[in-house]
Amino acid sequence: MSGRHGIPKSRWLPAYVGLYLLFLYFPILLLPIFSFNNASTTTFPLAGFTAKWYASLWGNSAMLEAARNSLIVGISVAILSTVLGICAARALTRYRFRGKKPATGLIMAPLFLPEIIVAVSLLMVLLQLGLELSLVTVILGQVIFCLPYAMSVLISGFDGFDRSLEEASLDLGETAIGTFRRVTLPVVAPAIISSLLVSFTVSLDEFILAFFLSGTEPTLPVYIWGQLRFAAKLPGVLALGSLMLLISILLLTLSEFIRRRAEHRLRAQGAQHA
Amino acid sequence: MEDRPADPPKSRTRWIASEEASGLALISPTLLYALALLFLPVLIVIAYSFWTQDYLTIDRTFTLQNYRTALGEPIYQDLLLRSLVISLVVSVVTVTVSYPIAWFISFHGGVHKNLWLFLITVPCWTSYLLRVMSWKVILGYGGVMNTGLLSIGLIDKPLTTLLYNSNAVVITLVHSWAAFAILPIYVSLEKVDRSLIEAAHDLGDNKLMSFLRVTLPLSLPGVISAFLIVMIPTVGDYVTPKLVGGKDGVMIATAIQAQFGKGANWPLGAALSVTTMVVVSAIAGLVVLMLKLLVRLTK
Repeated sequence: MSGRHGIPKSRWLPAYVGLYLLFLYFPILLLPIFSFNNASTTTFPLAGFTAKWYASLWGNSAMLEAARNSLIVGISVAILSTVLGICAARALTRYRFRGKKPATGLIMAPLFLPEIIVAVSLLMVLLQLGLELSLVTVILGQVIFCLPYAMSVLISGFDGFDRSLEEASLDLGETAIGTFRRVTLPVVAPAIISSLLVSFTVSLDEFILAFFLSGTEPTLPVYIWGQLRFAAKLPGVLALGSLMLLISILLLTLSEFIRRRAEHRLRAQGAQHA
Repeated sequence: MEDRPADPPKSRTRWIASEEASGLALISPTLLYALALLFLPVLIVIAYSFWTQDYLTIDRTFTLQNYRTALGEPIYQDLLLRSLVISLVVSVVTVTVSYPIAWFISFHGGVHKNLWLFLITVPCWTSYLLRVMSWKVILGYGGVMNTGLLSIGLIDKPLTTLLYNSNAVVITLVHSWAAFAILPIYVSLEKVDRSLIEAAHDLGDNKLMSFLRVTLPLSLPGVISAFLIVMIPTVGDYVTPKLVGGKDGVMIATAIQAQFGKGANWPLGAALSVTTMVVVSAIAGLVVLMLKLLVRLTK
């Protein structure tokens, strides 16, 4: 069998893809399945349907506190890394300057460093400076970790930007700030929203930095880590985990949707100009 | 404005208005942040690795003692070696099982390429801690795998060899990093000129030969970055070994963490961190070099 361009199309490949997807999704789908199971053990066959593990989350003040902490951290990290990401992404896509490569390398470095090393080095510095570990230190650390993700979303969003639009606006007497607000921002807004959502998702799930830097204020993953020691707490953890899973998937889908619509719009614009 | 060359400026005022200055000014907040919270801390870790600690006081005289311990003590040698072996195995397995998927999406994804990529990446964005947890549920003594095998009669008592060893660590890490390996391979496959493959076929190469002689060599840059993207972070993974590794699956991150926790020895922890970084970079460099050589040989 031969596909387009004589590229071989084999029969076993779709089967392999199916198996692979099963491997990817099975462990993830297991969590919600067991979270509705009417037993505190995670074994098949299921004992019956119940929502009691979800209900028990509402009365759990330690969990709610951790959720609030995660929300504070996630929103702060999303805003900070997106603002810093915008500066860097705009500089990299718009200007030529010396030191561009090392600067990019440094900002993207956390992708290529064992996370535990980023965590312990930050921990050492913060304690040396005499700073108390708190949500603020978690935020500071997670921004470093989220920046590469924010940057890659932003750079791809800023790359398709037609510079002549800005020049036209400046020529017509608009100020630099006015141009950014009225010309640049509307075009790059989808990338910015995607970056916010992606950074928030990464932060919500981030464990190592939060574990090392959170002191006495746990985020959700740190709270979950503490619960994993007790077998009896497992169903509650599964319920909580399923909720977080749902939130992550919703945020990612939203971010992907926005990114793709913007891509279509840019392409349509390009076609108009041509 | 963008046509002005970025040559050395003649006067200061002109430099301030130049493209170079604007670019640097715009990137500086981010750059300063990364310098202060990434570069500087790593430098301090390096400094610490040459110092010693006596209870709570730090002695700042230069010494190589920490490195002698980190590289000489059998326990740390074992941990470092095991971390490397596990992460190399994870990288090789991840790249191997992911390549066909990247190939499938790139060559047969059609108009749904983006949807496929999204589908593949979603699991990797979901809670890392819980994904590891769920492997514990699958591989455990009373877990899904054992009960499944029991019920179809393949085994008559639960296997104890599934969880709490390095195999469990490898499986879990491969699962965690799969999508991160697919993306770079996919990107490099997208760049492969399809007419070259057609030409190979026309000249009499069969499917396998044209793949080995055209597609694979041209996608090697993607394979290299996939390999590194998986290998470097997995060496220092903390969660997976702790949750599913058991005694035989302990990796270096656990030892590093221990030195920064109670009974702390920061300088030793720092030396272990630096050693890990250096060894990882060296291996990464070696892998890149080897694969580049391979590309040259196949040309």
